[in-house]
Amino acid sequence: MKCLSDAKVGETVKVVKLEGKGPTKRRIMDMGITKGTSIYIRKVAPLGDPVELNVRGYELSVRKTEADTIQVE
Amino acid sequence: MGITIALAGNPNCGKTTLFNTLTGGTEYVGNWPGVTVEKKDGILKNHRDVIIQDLPGIYSLSPYSLEETVTRNYLVKQRPDVIINIVDGTNIERNLYLTTQLIELGIPVIVAINMVDVVRKKGDKIDIGRLSEALNCEVVTISALKKEGCPELTEKAIALAGKTDHMELPHVYTGSVEHALAHIEESIANYVYKNSLRWYAIKVFERDEKVRKALNLKPELLEHLELHITDCEKELDDDAESIIVNQRYAYIAKVVDTAVQRKAPQGSLTVSDKIDRIVTNRILALPIFAVVMTLMYYISITTVGAAATDWVNDTFFGDIVTNAATAGLNSIAAPAWLSSLIIDGIIGGVGTVLGFVPQIVLIFLFLSILEDSGYMARVAFIMDRIFRRFGLSGKSFIPVLIGTGCGVPAIMAARTIEDEKDRRMTIMLSTFIPCTAKTVIIGMITATFFPDTVLIAPAMYFLGIAIIVGSGIILKKTSYFGGDPAPFVMELPAYHVPSVKGVLIHMWERAKYFIIKAGTIIFTACMVIWFLSKFNWMLGMVDNIETSMLAGIGSLVGWIFAPLGFGDWKGAVAVISAEMAKEQAIGTLAILSNVSDPQNDMLVMQGIRSMFTPMAAFSYMILNLFDPPCIVAIATIAREMNSKKWAAAAVGYQIVVGYILAFICYQLGMYLFYGAIFGTGQIVALVFTALIIFLLMRPGTDSKSKALHSLENS
Repeated sequence: MKCLSDAKVGETVKVVKLEGKGPTKRRIMDMGITKGTSIYIRKVAPLGDPVELNVRGYELSVRKTEADTIQVE
Repeated sequence: MGITIALAGNPNCGKTTLFNTLTGGTEYVGNWPGVTVEKKDGILKNHRDVIIQDLPGIYSLSPYSLEETVTRNYLVKQRPDVIINIVDGTNIERNLYLTTQLIELGIPVIVAINMVDVVRKKGDKIDIGRLSEALNCEVVTISALKKEGCPELTEKAIALAGKTDHMELPHVYTGSVEHALAHIEESIANYVYKNSLRWYAIKVFERDEKVRKALNLKPELLEHLELHITDCEKELDDDAESIIVNQRYAYIAKVVDTAVQRKAPQGSLTVSDKIDRIVTNRILALPIFAVVMTLMYYISITTVGAAATDWVNDTFFGDIVTNAATAGLNSIAAPAWLSSLIIDGIIGGVGTVLGFVPQIVLIFLFLSILEDSGYMARVAFIMDRIFRRFGLSGKSFIPVLIGTGCGVPAIMAARTIEDEKDRRMTIMLSTFIPCTAKTVIIGMITATFFPDTVLIAPAMYFLGIAIIVGSGIILKKTSYFGGDPAPFVMELPAYHVPSVKGVLIHMWERAKYFIIKAGTIIFTACMVIWFLSKFNWMLGMVDNIETSMLAGIGSLVGWIFAPLGFGDWKGAVAVISAEMAKEQAIGTLAILSNVSDPQNDMLVMQGIRSMFTPMAAFSYMILNLFDPPCIVAIATIAREMNSKKWAAAAVGYQIVVGYILAFICYQLGMYLFYGAIFGTGQIVALVFTALIIFLLMRPGTDSKSKALHSLENS
């Protein structure tokens, strides 16, 4: 299974599962990343982390460690 | 009876703009009991009995940051009469997520779709009728910036106030979840306010610890309800919390599908994205950032700001105010002590501090523009990787940046950091960066003792950064700050041209705080210092400062600073006085060395030269840059930490850092550059250095090294 941090810039992926736990997982879901959401990977920050995503029509940035907990296809 | 209308919505949805439009900017800032986040309330224009309450922006009613906790507690416990839920029309899907939660609270909600002018420009259409039907509540479109639709909004909101027949959000949850919720509602109905039943039931379903505790449910009942919850979880193969969030978003997606028509497909490049392509570009991002910062400092400190500050110091306070006061005092034949108090003590002291107001106002003006335009969020995005390396997040960079202007707003800016540990650490460290007041000390000392070395001043900024970085590394290895790094999940708001009014209000709010403090704490401090320097222990006025109480106190504590090179009473007094306000350091040195005209730079330089050896002056400068900031900033630290223990820890840490650094600099500097004999002082300095290196290099806690490991591999 591939996770969000493996996705390339410019790709659009679909969320399969959220693996994190606790408040961080809740936060990620509150920001609109839920099962079945499609995510467009907009870019990576100049120093390689975090990444910028387009979710539900707005821009969200998450670190790769957070992106690791999001399984996508 | 008055009506309270609360404004609630996501961050960046235009809440504050609407607030200012509705109240005409008549807000005042008050403190919430027990917490440090500020609320604002104001009176609705033309309706004296209607209070508008501006709440911190939130994404959800499941609290994550301090601000979200405040908003949730206010809504649940204080229960305003109406909630105006501001929804950013250009980002409707995520914004409506909060709307569903607000409606479940059972307080009348009116949804205000904001930025409708931008929506129109994009060619999108929002069907208000359908939206209103789907959400089962009033929906209006507004543009807070253009003041469009606001009278209609407030009229409808007032009409809704106090309505008790309660709106249910239809068909959000699927059969089995709805079944479980109905069951929970039935069991807790007697414990909660009836209109909020649904909200409480969902929170119990989600296993929200705080709510469950507040309800104080019997363990047997909880166990019984647990069966229903686990049934749902099994059926839907997910945990209860995720089930609720998923179904909420699924419901919203459906609503948006039927009610919103988009001209361009979602996720296509907007103007904002195009700007972003350049501003956060892999190669250009850091140079652009450097240029923006340089420009900001060039204008606000070096050119315009310096000119304005000089004028305020020399002309306004130096001539106009002093002359007017002298004339006034002469005309009433005031006694000498009163003239001295007013002219030397108050005008001299408070005047110096207020002299910084132009520079500070300008810095705040630029920072407000950067923040309101959306660039600050990008700065956090760009810098996160670097800050992450030593245990802070990109969000900590903003306070440090603001700290170059003044530590007080910097400490307050740390509020945007959700993680409590990160927030506390940022508060502790952000004042290590030299603020405008400290740059005066740097300028004076280097000009006096090291006029040929141009590198000392910039080196102090780098040293400040190095201390922040080093402290980050050292503190992260302690048991409290250790552990996994806080997550970084941050919205990058669309760029927009900030409104002039918004920027000015933002700027003024920060500058006002500084001015008020200058007028209160520093005012008092100036009077105390004046009193101590003009009177002896017998309360007789003295001509010679060496016989004053201040000299007495100075000699009492002078030994503390002997290892730093300035152990006489004057050195001690100069340190104490600089704690009141760093701006006072140079003025105090001038007074202590009996300089007749403290405004005359050449005389002041001579005076300082007679007091200090070059190495001692350097050590004095280092101590002042890195020991606790001025008393105003210390008070702010105490307030923002909201804990005596933490405030003491922060100040204690700063004392240790300042003292040890000055100690090492003085002892090793004397040995290396001024031919001092290698003795005990040098050995202790080397031991301190070794200790610092050890603290930097020692392995941290397990989870930390694991996190670092995963970072290295990413």
